[in-house]
Amino acid sequence: MRAELIRTLIELADKDERIILLTGDLGYSVLEPFCERFPKRFFNVGVAEQNMVGIATGLAEAGFIPFVYSIATFASLRPYEFIRNGPILHALPVRIVGIGDGFDYGPAGPTHYSLEDVGVMRIQPGITVIAPADYQQARTSILATWNLPGPVYYRMGKDDKFVASGLEGRFELAKAQTVRNGSDLLIVSMGSILKEAFIAAEFLAKHKISSRIDVIASISPAPIADLVEALRNFSWVFTLEAHYVTGGIGSLLAEIIAEHGLKCRLIRCGVKDLFDGLSGSQAFMYRKCGISGDILAGKMLAAMQGSKRRRKVEGVSGE
Amino acid sequence: MLNKVIPYNIRKIILEQSKRANVGHIGSALSIVDIIAALYGEIIKVSELHKDSRDRFVLSKGHAALALYAAFFLKGWITEKDLNSYCADGSLLGVHPESTLPGVDFSTGSLGHGLSMAAGSALGARLKNYQWRVFALMSDAECNEGSVWEAVMFASHHKLSNLIVMVDDNGQQAFGYTKDVLSLRPLAKRWDAFGWDVSEVDGHNVQELKDKINSLTIESGPPHVLIAKTVFGKGVSFMENKIKWHYWPMSDADYKQALSDIEIIK
Repeated sequence: MRAELIRTLIELADKDERIILLTGDLGYSVLEPFCERFPKRFFNVGVAEQNMVGIATGLAEAGFIPFVYSIATFASLRPYEFIRNGPILHALPVRIVGIGDGFDYGPAGPTHYSLEDVGVMRIQPGITVIAPADYQQARTSILATWNLPGPVYYRMGKDDKFVASGLEGRFELAKAQTVRNGSDLLIVSMGSILKEAFIAAEFLAKHKISSRIDVIASISPAPIADLVEALRNFSWVFTLEAHYVTGGIGSLLAEIIAEHGLKCRLIRCGVKDLFDGLSGSQAFMYRKCGISGDILAGKMLAAMQGSKRRRKVEGVSGE
Repeated sequence: MLNKVIPYNIRKIILEQSKRANVGHIGSALSIVDIIAALYGEIIKVSELHKDSRDRFVLSKGHAALALYAAFFLKGWITEKDLNSYCADGSLLGVHPESTLPGVDFSTGSLGHGLSMAAGSALGARLKNYQWRVFALMSDAECNEGSVWEAVMFASHHKLSNLIVMVDDNGQQAFGYTKDVLSLRPLAKRWDAFGWDVSEVDGHNVQELKDKINSLTIESGPPHVLIAKTVFGKGVSFMENKIKWHYWPMSDADYKQALSDIEIIK
């Protein structure tokens, strides 16, 4: 999504002189096209994320729309208080771009995994939180939000090739997008881990279980009406995220189900455990955390078959 | 028009409002009175409160906001009723300044944040051909924060000559004297080593402060810092250089003594 982000930003910056790009010394071989085209509107502030957000706050108050760029953990966690007391408190149009969606930086290890960025941003009222599923949705989500009056956090995966089948780049604030229709269970997915949801759904189809997959990229404002409507039609919902299950969309769905009194069983699939020191590729980390498509399918199948057995038992006893 | 933003008036309001609201941070506010008088008496140019090209001010040591509110009142930006709401329920005038109050350009209260925003504003002004200057007033102990030095490096590297920082060098912090807590010395040399134009001034001499600021080159060169030597609690005998007046409110007897003390330096 990084290359698409820069392509889109260049397009916008061509039309709007308020757009400025700041980086905390990251983005080598990605940001150059912007830097070359708008040298006076590009600032590498050095390895100083707090200052980067503070500078962006001052620029936004002066009428600019600054985008700050770093790896998601460095963009969100190190300057978190500067984001809170800066653009959020002042309601200023700073855009925080966090690169790396969960385990995107696989072998780089835990300091580079973004597993709570959405959670910490989502709890703050007054900041829009966007987590696209593929590069096409990265583009449409930026186009839909770059000019909002308040701050925005973008969680952008590194993958520039994956195209989510059935999504076709659709994005709308406070809306979910259905990318696969089904009737037995609902999978709600955030970010590029969506590809694992497709793998799980294909596997379940072989077992005559039909899965619907919804994407939420507009995390805040959350697509509450869409989700309530969807959840009314399912007994089982699985959330899928390369993020801790606390704070992310697992928590979001739990809140919606509880607050709307929905009769729906929620299984939160995401990262649950503390890091044990063993890192590896994104695929390895997905398997390790039990969120690869095959393992997910197994969990879903077990849950659904257990449910069918229970229903059968209940049905017999009811007769 | 007669300039009412003079040190005596600001000190009197600080004492009256702190007593009425029964709150502390009195010594910190008294420490910056003369700097605020210099800035808001003459230096800072604000033709309209929301005009884009106005000079900006960041009170990075937000806990001294009462001195700023006093200046706003004396300039006629807020009413007496506003001022009398200081620290009351539902007031725009809290202990720390919020940008929801017209005249406050940036909300502060968390030390180490203000200078970055000020540097961003100064950069914004330069991108708009130096339409405004940015003033930031920091505490000396605020320089404990690493983020301050991120901003110091940035402003120097980008030669933000329209950024003018004042460090309220009163040698005190919340829980002790700076020399005992975390030594800042040599403070001027540290800023100088980072490439700033450094001046050491008497932070209680309004004329010297104004003359120095008016002599600075704003259009090019390095950013400017005035290390302003001040006395914590300046003007109130029993508060001067006493740590407890960072937090404590005044008793009736303290208040009476304080009002009488500020008459002496009037």
